[in-house]
This record gives sequence, C-alpha cells and structure tokens, in this order.
Amino acid sequence: MQRPPFPPTRRSFLKQSFLLGSTLTALKLRDGRAVALPSASAEAGRSRVVIARDAKIRSTGTGFDSARLAQLLDRALQASFDCDSPIEAWKKVLRPGEVVGLKVNCLGGRGNATHLELVEAITERLRQAGITQMVIWDRQNSDLEHARFKIAERGSGVRCFGNDVLGFEDDLATFGKAGSLLCRTLTQVCDAVINLPVLKDHGIAGVTLALKSMFGAIHNPNKYHSDAGDPYVADVYALAPIRQKVRLHICDGLNAQYDGGPSYMPQWMWPFNGLLVSRDPVALDYVGWKIIEKKRFEMGAKPLRELKREPAYISTAADAEHRLGTCDPKRIEQVEI
Amino acid sequence: MRADTLAHSGEVCGIESPGGLDRRGFLKAASLPCLAVCSGALVGLPRAAPLFATPPAPDADSQFIREAKFYEKLPYKKIKCKLCPRECVIDDQERGYCGARENRGGTYYTLVYSRVATAHIDPIEKKPFFHFMPGAVAFSLATAGCNVNCKMCQNWDISQVRPEQVRATYAPPDKITAIARENSCPVIAYTYSEPVIFLEYVLDCAQAGRAAGVRSVVVSGGYIQADPLKKLCAQVDAIKIDLKAYSEKFYKEVVNGELKPVLEAILTVHKAGVWNEIVYLVVPTLNDGDAEFQGLARWVKSEVGPDVPLHFSRFHPEYLLKNLPPTPIETLERAKAIADAEGLHYVYIGNVPGHPAESTYCPHCRKKVVDRTGYTINGVYIRHGKCQFCQTVIPGVWT
Repeated sequence: MQRPPFPPTRRSFLKQSFLLGSTLTALKLRDGRAVALPSASAEAGRSRVVIARDAKIRSTGTGFDSARLAQLLDRALQASFDCDSPIEAWKKVLRPGEVVGLKVNCLGGRGNATHLELVEAITERLRQAGITQMVIWDRQNSDLEHARFKIAERGSGVRCFGNDVLGFEDDLATFGKAGSLLCRTLTQVCDAVINLPVLKDHGIAGVTLALKSMFGAIHNPNKYHSDAGDPYVADVYALAPIRQKVRLHICDGLNAQYDGGPSYMPQWMWPFNGLLVSRDPVALDYVGWKIIEKKRFEMGAKPLRELKREPAYISTAADAEHRLGTCDPKRIEQVEI
Repeated sequence: MRADTLAHSGEVCGIESPGGLDRRGFLKAASLPCLAVCSGALVGLPRAAPLFATPPAPDADSQFIREAKFYEKLPYKKIKCKLCPRECVIDDQERGYCGARENRGGTYYTLVYSRVATAHIDPIEKKPFFHFMPGAVAFSLATAGCNVNCKMCQNWDISQVRPEQVRATYAPPDKITAIARENSCPVIAYTYSEPVIFLEYVLDCAQAGRAAGVRSVVVSGGYIQADPLKKLCAQVDAIKIDLKAYSEKFYKEVVNGELKPVLEAILTVHKAGVWNEIVYLVVPTLNDGDAEFQGLARWVKSEVGPDVPLHFSRFHPEYLLKNLPPTPIETLERAKAIADAEGLHYVYIGNVPGHPAESTYCPHCRKKVVDRTGYTINGVYIRHGKCQFCQTVIPGVWT
C-alpha cells in the first residue's frame, strides 16, 4: 500500500484507510458499549487500529531518528483521531491538569522494552497538550532501569518509578477469575493512563500486547498464566480502575519479536519500524496478533494454535461478560499509514 | 503423659491462620522488622520477646536468594520447575506460579531462603496435629508464596503475594533452631503459606533442628512431586496435608490445582513412615456432598488405613469466597458420621471449639483418650502409645 503524504490530511487519511469487513451486525450493542470511540472517528461500533510505519526511522546502529519517530507518532495520533494536528489529537484523549501514567513494558530489558525514545516523544507532545504531570511506570524500579529509564520518584513534571515504590492497595479488586491488588500508582496517582506495550510473542499466552501488559498493574501476575492466560488476561483488564483509566494504547513495534518472548531473543526480532495505536485494546491485540502470526508464517515458525498458545483471551475480552472491545475483523477499521 | 494447658487463642479459622489478629493487623505485624511472638502472647505463653533481634539490612535481598534444587535447564535460558506437578516452564526474568522462584539468565532461584514473612508460637493443635505431641508448642513460620490459589485461603496476605511485597526477616536455619530452643518449642512448624515453595529452606531448617533435638512438622497442600517429597519425608517428623476436596472439579475451579497428585503425595508420605494427618475444609455447596465424603473416607481407609486422622474443618468466608456462609455444624457432623460409618478410627471436627469431636476417643473402648477444648488440652490418657483404659494402641507420636 502506498504511503500517504506527511502529514496526512483527514481526506487523504480516509482515502488510505481500509476496512476489514464492512457491516455492523449483531455485535453492535456489545461493542458499542465497550469501545469509547473518538467522536469523529470511524463509523459507530467500529474500532480503529492505526498501523504507522516508517522504514527510514533508524539512524545509525540500533538507534532511531528522534525527529522521524516524533513524526511517526504524530501521524499515528492524527490518523487515530481524524485531526490535523497531533496536539489536537492528544487533547481528545487527555485533559490539561490530569496526572497521566505512561505504562511501559520493561520485562524484556533494553532489548525489547518500550523504547525510551518513544516515551520521550510522547512526553514532549503531552507537555504541548497541557499535561504537566506524568508518571512513567512499570512493575519494579529495576525493570525500568534495565530498560534505560532513570528513576525519579519525586518532583514535578515527569516522574518514573515502579510499583515497588508505592506498593499495592490493601483490598482486592475482583472480576471473573481474577482477584488482585492493584498498584497504587494506578489507583492513587494517575488520573489517566496511556498504555505502551511492545509488539511481541509470549511463550505461554501467545502474544503480550495491550491487554496483557496491564498485568504490570497487579500484585500477582504469576497466578494468571494457566490456560494460555485465558480468561485471566481479560479478567484483569476488566478490573474497574484499569478499564476506566486506560485511555489509549500505543504499541511499540519499532522492534518486534515473533517467537521466544517475552524475554529478549534477538534471533527472533525483526524491525517492524512501526507503532500500533488504538483506543480499543482488544482490536489492537487482534491486529497485533495477526502481525505476529504472519511473521511466524514467513519465518517458518508454527502457528500459535499448534503450539497450544493461541491467545484465546482476546476473544474472551470481547465477549458479553467483558465487553472490552472487539475482535471481529468486520468491526475493526485497520488503517495503515 | 503430657497434659499441658493452653488458653484458647480466640482465633477460629478454616485454615491455620498466623494468629489472633485480623488481616490488616496481621499484615502490619508481619511487616515489622522484628517479628514478635504474636500467637504466643495471645495464648498466654511465657515469652513474648522479639524473635529476631537484628532487622535485615536495607539492601539485603541477595541474602534470601539461593539456586533452587528441583528444576531442569532448557534451551534459550528457559527452565522447567520440577518441584510441584504444575511444572512451570519459565522464561528468563520470569517467575513460576508460586511467585517465589525466578529464572535469572537460565538459572532458577528461590527468592525466599531464610526470608521469614511471619513467625509465631502456636499450639500444635492449631496446625492441627491431634496425634503428634499433644500440648506441645510449635515455633511456626512461613515465607511468602504458594503454588496454588485457593479461593478460600485464610492467609492470602502472605500466600498470594510475592516475597518483596511483604517485609521479611532474615533467619537462616541455625537461627530458627536457636529461636525454637530459646522459646522452649520442641517443634518447628512450616505452615501458614505453603512450605513446598520454600522447600530448600525447610530441608535445611529441619536438618539443623534435628541435630539440635528439635522436631519439624509440615502443613502443606501436598501439591508436590514425588522426588522432592521423598527428600522432605527424610527430614521431617510429621506432615499434615490439606486435602481440599475429593473431586478434580473443585481442584480445578477453586484451588487451581489437581487432586490426583495430592492423593499420590499422601501415599508417598504414608509409605515413607512419616506421621500424617489429613484435613478437609468443608466449603458449603462446593465440596460438601455425601458422595464426596464417602468417596474420601473409602479412599483413606483403603489406601492409607483407618488409623490416619481425618479432620473435617469448618470454613469461614474469606478471600474470594466471601459470598458463602460458614459451614453449618450439621454438615460437619454429617461428614464425620459418614467417615465413621466407613470405618475410619479418628475422625475429628475442627474449628468448632467445644465440640465433642475435637477430642480423641479409643476406637476399642470408646473412652476419651485426649480431651480437648479448642486448642486446650484438658487431659491425655495415653500411656506408652496405648489407651490407658483398654491398652489398645493409639497410633501417633505421643512424646
């Protein structure tokens, strides 16, 4: 598909977008309730997933061209919200004065964690959108440090710390089979959260993208990997503070991993050079999963189904009990820019 | 004969709980740098001094970490845990289901060696052991973590958290033995959470204790592989197994485990000649059917014999099963009646202080040979392992 001119106008963006399927059918009510689509976005009931890529985003070595990365982020946001400026797009997600959490995923260390450069680009745009207080957070300070983030527990502006700093709530949050203590960073510090997972395979749960990344908000993720994470991943995301506070998902696919995850395995990484952006974690996970499956096919790896780790939790997250989004391809508006 | 008298702690629980504190109070107590003898103080024991005089150093995490004993290395820095039947396959930097073991660069480590999250002095009856040194006090300890996730767990504050989420005290095996002796505890009990997940520590503590004349007892869910269990049996003096139900369905849906390996564990303990008692927590509507009680009793009688004590304990709403009521006493009595009718000799009702079925009766003359009220021993009428009245052998470890 030919890439649109940069920056995309609303008209050019709409021309370049395509729908996976076309009709709204029986699932309208279910998904209509679950997915908070931006008002000027796709047709009602559809979830948009923007895949923004730039083959020239790399500078020398393993680094990234920060200017091109910022532009990629801007294009993705504009395409997600039909806006002519990235600031306008961010203002559709967040309100000035809110404390915004940037939930990164650092388990893979510096090899396949959320890129620091991406987070820097986001914080810059958030400042421009009037957000003055941000918290970059994940499970532990040590995880963040391994992924090159510098711990800053105090101060105004951008703080950065793990769940080990503030700990967890005393009372259990429950949904379905999940019963967990939520981290206080989420419940007491953040008004809103931008989820920044990584595009990668997971040796038990199939893939770990937007939904599963929120395991980093609970005290007992080790309890939820049975049965390839189904229904636990969906149950955890359905915990009220998570589903209510997470506003947007930006999946870091600058480097992606199609096998051997979640640990960093360089032999199974590939330069996807892109971002996946959506307000719907289920739709994003569905699209991300298919990207990983496609890459697995290209590289001769077995489909996840054959390995008994197909991420069934994605469809569970879309069911009538959870209503976290849609995984119906007919209802996913996949936009490639 | 021992007839020690202990006041009741006031704690009535479905599963042994660390002491007479509510959860919040308990957590606060457990998080103190110096752990106090909480239960001991409550039951009127003579000592209530801090168990650990030296709090851990602030950056002392490394002292709790030892390479695990039971695992296999796999390609690509993965490992397979061989401690419990779950056999977690774990990627680098990830933990097993228990949360207490971590893969670091392809080597598997326990994170809870000498990492005591809570410690108390309890009556042995609280474990419960009813045929093991009645009236003895046990220095009881736990680390964080568990390899199942029972929805009715009374101690989820420590069992369902990661080690770093509960403040702990460094207490190497020789220190545990010393503390037990200083507090006149003839027994060390590994309990509250799940000793299987801190097995390396249990083995070393038990060995140190045995060398100093202090016995060791284990309170476990029995979800463990045969090899580590045999090693455990070689080091300890008694094992109580919480048999959560007699159905795979309950194990799958409520426990997040499996029944079959637990039954196999009971057989392994029995064959090893280690004293064994079985506790069955009766949860209303979930594992309280007549057929289940009967199936359990028949299995116990046929596989390990009628002399293995079987405790039917009362459930109290906790953790993820707060929606259910406490077990009706009639249900416990029905369970006991069924097990009695199947021919088991020592069937008890637990967590119902003052119930007649708390006491031990001679299966031959029917006279009371251990008189209990709650955790209080009113009298023991066993001499040289036999009923004082009719000389029938009463199996157990009595001195």
